[in-house]
Amino acid sequence: MNRSPIRDLLVGVFVLSGLAALAYLSIQLGGATYSGPGGLTLYASFDEIGGLQKRAPVVIGGVKVGQVKNIQLSSDGSFRARVTMDIDMTLKIPDDTQAAVLTQGVLGNQYVGLTPGGSDTLLADGGEIAYTQSAVVIERLIGKVIQSLGGGKDDKSGGGGGS
Amino acid sequence: MLEFVREVGWRTVDNVHGLGGIALYGSRLVYETLAPPYRLRRLLDELYNSGVLSLAIICTSGTAVGFVLALQGYNTLVRFGAEQSVGAVVGLSLIRELGPVLTALLVTGRAGSAIAAEIGAMVATEQLDGLRMMSVDPVDYVTQPKALGLALSMPLLTALFIVFGLFGGYLVGVGLLGVDAGVYFSSLENTIDFRNDVLGSVLKSVVFGMIVGLISTWRGYTAAPNSAGVSAATTGAVVQASVATLMFDYVITALWGVGI
Repeated sequence: MNRSPIRDLLVGVFVLSGLAALAYLSIQLGGATYSGPGGLTLYASFDEIGGLQKRAPVVIGGVKVGQVKNIQLSSDGSFRARVTMDIDMTLKIPDDTQAAVLTQGVLGNQYVGLTPGGSDTLLADGGEIAYTQSAVVIERLIGKVIQSLGGGKDDKSGGGGGS
Repeated sequence: MLEFVREVGWRTVDNVHGLGGIALYGSRLVYETLAPPYRLRRLLDELYNSGVLSLAIICTSGTAVGFVLALQGYNTLVRFGAEQSVGAVVGLSLIRELGPVLTALLVTGRAGSAIAAEIGAMVATEQLDGLRMMSVDPVDYVTQPKALGLALSMPLLTALFIVFGLFGGYLVGVGLLGVDAGVYFSSLENTIDFRNDVLGSVLKSVVFGMIVGLISTWRGYTAAPNSAGVSAATTGAVVQASVATLMFDYVITALWGVGI
């Protein structure tokens, strides 16, 4: 209960290292979703986005340039998925840029890949990417393969898929 | 038959009485924590006893848990060709579950039992009565700093446990099994979410700290004043604090609403 220099020092070291560990967990691990600059909001509508989720990366040529901010059904009644993306505002993105929902590896996470076009006009903040390519859904792909295999052997059209 | 019913009735009354006692005692602890005098020097002593003295066991256990998580995770993931995700497996299991729970169990065994035994021995040797005679409140002077010191140590120890676990996972995953170091950390950083994972983990450790502090000091404070009473208090503190920790773990996880 008296002041003890060594004990006080040890308690100080304990508290500080504990706080440092907490800070590491919160800032380095928790906050590191996308640390680059955002500011440019773009929209894109897809027929099918598969398993794309909020905060999925937006990528140009393999480099992460932004993230998906929001996903909802399009409000114009077309039942397409409208994806809101937050992208590095220093980039000049042509208005004939293509957006595609791609997959990392066979079973990996899905992300949005942008392929910039050659147009001279740029997309402004809040612009819409017109050219989109939907996600490939593996179940449908497998279904098609089975269908085409089965279609060659027997006469039933579209009767494949049963096993 | 009547005797049996009477026994059931008595046990019910006794348990409810005990619950009421611990609730009253808990509210007194909160009051003594908020109201002056703030016994900072006593608190520092208790931070040393339950925090600094638990460091060695927390760091070694954390590293060992990280070792085994990386090994187990790698062996499972490599079947799917997904050994790149070993960082995410180690990180998520440590931060969400194993960090807070194992730290709480270890601290219960290391510091909670010591607290219960010390206060129980003070009861048995009439030291608390001596304090009361000098009009010093034993809850204010003895048990509150102990409970608060343990409750404050718990989140810090949990964070250290997790960081040492990640380090252990790094040693085995990267050093032994050949996962790329950058891939280990990037899969970790991309998977961990601040609100769902880190905040939930801190919340768990804070609640566990309060539970363990409350139960250990209460069992010591209410120990029967003899050597059997001290031993029963120590055992009871460890058993009840561990069970309460595991039960509250489920409740917090369910209420916190962990995302997909």
